[in-house]
Amino acid sequence: MNWRGVVAIYRFEMNRTFRTIAQSIVSPVISTVLYFVVFGAAIGARIDTVEGVDYGAFIVPGLVMLTLLQQSVTNASFGIYFPKFIGTIYELLSAPMSFIEVVIGYVGAAASKALMIAVIILITSAFFVDLQIAHPVWMVAFLLLTAVSFALLGFIIGIWAKNFEQLQLIPLLVITPLVFLGGAFYSVSMLPPGWREVTYFNPVLYLISGFRWSFFGVADVPIGISLTAICVFLAACLTAIWAIFKTGWRIKP
Amino acid sequence: MARPIIRVRCERLEQEVRPLAPIISIRNLAKTYDGGFEALKGVSLDIEEGEILALLGPNGAGKTTLISAVCGLVTPSGGTVTVGGHDIQGEFRAARELIGLVPQEITIEPFEKVINTVTFSRGLFGKRRDDAHIERVLRALSLWDKRHSRNKELSGGMKRRVLIAKALSHEPRVLFLDEPTAGVDVTLRKDMWRLVRDLRDQGTTIILTTHYIEEAEEMADRIGVIDHGRLLLVEEKAQLLHQLGRKELRLELCEPLERVPESLAAYGLTLSGEGYHLTYAFDAHADHTGMTRLLADIARAGLDLRDLSTRQSSLEDVFLKLVRDGREEVA
Repeated sequence: MNWRGVVAIYRFEMNRTFRTIAQSIVSPVISTVLYFVVFGAAIGARIDTVEGVDYGAFIVPGLVMLTLLQQSVTNASFGIYFPKFIGTIYELLSAPMSFIEVVIGYVGAAASKALMIAVIILITSAFFVDLQIAHPVWMVAFLLLTAVSFALLGFIIGIWAKNFEQLQLIPLLVITPLVFLGGAFYSVSMLPPGWREVTYFNPVLYLISGFRWSFFGVADVPIGISLTAICVFLAACLTAIWAIFKTGWRIKP
Repeated sequence: MARPIIRVRCERLEQEVRPLAPIISIRNLAKTYDGGFEALKGVSLDIEEGEILALLGPNGAGKTTLISAVCGLVTPSGGTVTVGGHDIQGEFRAARELIGLVPQEITIEPFEKVINTVTFSRGLFGKRRDDAHIERVLRALSLWDKRHSRNKELSGGMKRRVLIAKALSHEPRVLFLDEPTAGVDVTLRKDMWRLVRDLRDQGTTIILTTHYIEEAEEMADRIGVIDHGRLLLVEEKAQLLHQLGRKELRLELCEPLERVPESLAAYGLTLSGEGYHLTYAFDAHADHTGMTRLLADIARAGLDLRDLSTRQSSLEDVFLKLVRDGREEVA
């Protein structure tokens, strides 16, 4: 393994994060604070409790997940797409690095950055609501698994995308709606019967539900199913990455 | 007492070094792109350590594909390549560690600082951080004062030098320069030539592609001519010019001629310039060029000369002839 190469990519990507700190860290934090103000304070004050949890606190796991998914996908997709776009990918291809090492560098950096922002948001939320974490180890496990899986998805999107529009397409048109409809701001039990069944087809529901369980011990779906769902998703992304590696799809003619 | 010891070591070194295998060995390298375009049609080539090899060819000849295949940017459709004895696919790490690549396009992370960009490249190649080496490289390329500048703030010539610095950051034994002076002004081009020679003097093997014949003529030890994915010829530069080098004697007449006089028919002269110019082509390296006899015959024919000049055929003529012959052969 060329670990020095992996570290070089990781450092380079993290440098990019700190170079563009306003865009990469301040902006997601501000938008999450806005959600707290609007949904937690203004509207949440009129909602009693959901599943026995204060509404302001109830939305915290959903908000953290929303940011974590968006950040891990966009960071990883942009991270690999940009070298493709400006042509510096030649250096990655000509370096004594395997594709897997390149993936570890980019996905590791994207997941780290997303986790960093998730933690900042968690800390910020503690200023607004009374936050309790029932299962801290599971919470960390869910954070890690989600960050890594969605950074892998982002990497695949970055390889697939041929232009900036395609790069934005999946995060904007697929991930954000799935998070909103996956119970980030409500419990599935609050939906009318027909819609409830539809929601079970949304994979993000299982992530948010599992993550919320680690906070409050309550969930829309059993925790085992949530864990299985995220592991299946992780396996699917790894398989896709392996296929890209084997064929050199869209990176190596 | 020290002398014999040194001699013994030198002898051993010579023994180890003498049966030199080529640093790069390319056998039947082929590449057909997905669209069906055959960019390389079975190229075989050995590159010796320490030489400057220029790959000369028109646009679209396959030069960049050849470099890309050796460096790992393109997956070959057939054939084998070894670098330092390591197969580029089976032992890609060992092979690639020896190579530095300077691409044709200026592709560089615009927002990063020069020094970070170059340090990053060294890391990618798995080398331990070495600030002293990076400083040496940047100083040699006159980039040290700009090390904290962002890449986008640099001029075109400096950006190209940053690309070279990146390629040299991991101390490669072989350096590929793909069209190093395309779109570069004359001064920068001369600087680049000097730099390449310095690198060669330090022992780096250099393979450069160019479609500037002047560049190949100026710098290369050996020249390969490539066209339509085929290597038409690889030859020592001097040898190439010697083999194919023709010289022309041009005679300017005081009075125009309508046609070449019968008495001079044996010389194969061509008449041009409205009858004022007679041109005689001869082999510059032949023992008897026939020039003395020709001049005597001209005097005998009663022609008055205003001026005469000779011209050595350039590599350009040689190149054009090869490419033309190659295409005729394919056709």
